[in-house]
Amino acid sequence: MNEQEILKKVQDIVVDELDVDAADVTLEADIKDDLDADSLDVFEIMNELEDDLDIKLEASEDVKTIQDVVNYVKKEIDAKAE
Amino acid sequence: MGKIRIVETASYVPSKTVSNDELSHLMDTSDEWISARTGIKRRHISIGENTSDLCTKVAQRLLDQSGWSAESLDMIIVATMSPDSYTPSTAAIVQGNIAASKAFCFDISAACSGFVYGLDVAARFLAGKKAMRTMLIGGEVLSKVIDWQDRSTAVLFGDGAAGVLLENKQTAASEILASVLKTYGTQHDKLAAGKTMPLSEFPPKESTVLHPFEMDGQAVYKFATHAVPESINEACDQAEISVEDVDLFVLHQANARIVKAISKRMKQPQDKFPINIAEYGNTSAASEPLLLDELVKKEQLKRGQIVVLSGFGGGLTVGTQVIKF
Repeated sequence: MNEQEILKKVQDIVVDELDVDAADVTLEADIKDDLDADSLDVFEIMNELEDDLDIKLEASEDVKTIQDVVNYVKKEIDAKAE
Repeated sequence: MGKIRIVETASYVPSKTVSNDELSHLMDTSDEWISARTGIKRRHISIGENTSDLCTKVAQRLLDQSGWSAESLDMIIVATMSPDSYTPSTAAIVQGNIAASKAFCFDISAACSGFVYGLDVAARFLAGKKAMRTMLIGGEVLSKVIDWQDRSTAVLFGDGAAGVLLENKQTAASEILASVLKTYGTQHDKLAAGKTMPLSEFPPKESTVLHPFEMDGQAVYKFATHAVPESINEACDQAEISVEDVDLFVLHQANARIVKAISKRMKQPQDKFPINIAEYGNTSAASEPLLLDELVKKEQLKRGQIVVLSGFGGGLTVGTQVIKF
């Protein structure tokens, strides 16, 4: 799964969970400040990503922006492939 | 599991309420923060009444409503994670208080799943005719095991008790169609309260201290949103019904957002998942019978309807019953 595909998956889940426009879910967007998510929203986004991609994610990991989420997911997918 | 009938439901909560605003004077939190993340607006807090006192009030109400005499009870089970003491059991104290001299009594420790674990155990005793008339109560005074300085857990919980009378009545239309219990002991450290420590030396220099509530929020969230739908689906399979056939899902009221996430994952309408956490907070083993009693009293749950009871919490535990009410 490349970065673009991961971004698409993250965008789909974030749009569904946070009820925001896809156009707002940019790589630079801060999940809490720009997209108005709270801690439980982050749990649920991680939950959905875990289920869809069969990986393990911790909400406590230092993720602030969509780019951080994409990087974290990519790291876990790569680690799983090794 | 047989023709086990829920004859009556009753509840009792302490009169003192504490609003989110009042908590915001004690710790760095706010009504907006608590409401948005949990759905809780206030909780009832017991002053001077212990768990057995709340349960005794419920027991008396159950007897008054049903017309059953205390002496006619064969068994009393209390589900609690905040008993009065290690021993005697809270159920034994209740038995003494209401003079149900023929009933044998014990507590069940399965945290927020305690009521559904208790219902499973009670149903098996009833089906085996070891007890024909049973009182099952979920009761908690969680305010005594909370760290009131810890804003991440203190805002979540409340005190209360509620229960049911059960009987084995072969002629009744009511029935427990299925029951599924499961425990995930490898995650026992994700939610704990009242931990004790062994002595580190003898003679001891300090008394052993009970640890207040502690919780790994994400782990519990992940557990609840996965294990509960799985448990409900398994119970519905066992009952040979589809989830669409269920009229109401009475879930443990841990957090309104968790209940909504579960309804979404199960692709079932949210109005089939009643929520009353705004008034009570998370009352652990008391939460499902509290909601059940409310639904019965408001006639939102009627005889003949299919109701799913599902509890989840410390252990980690999960349990579900499918009931034809």
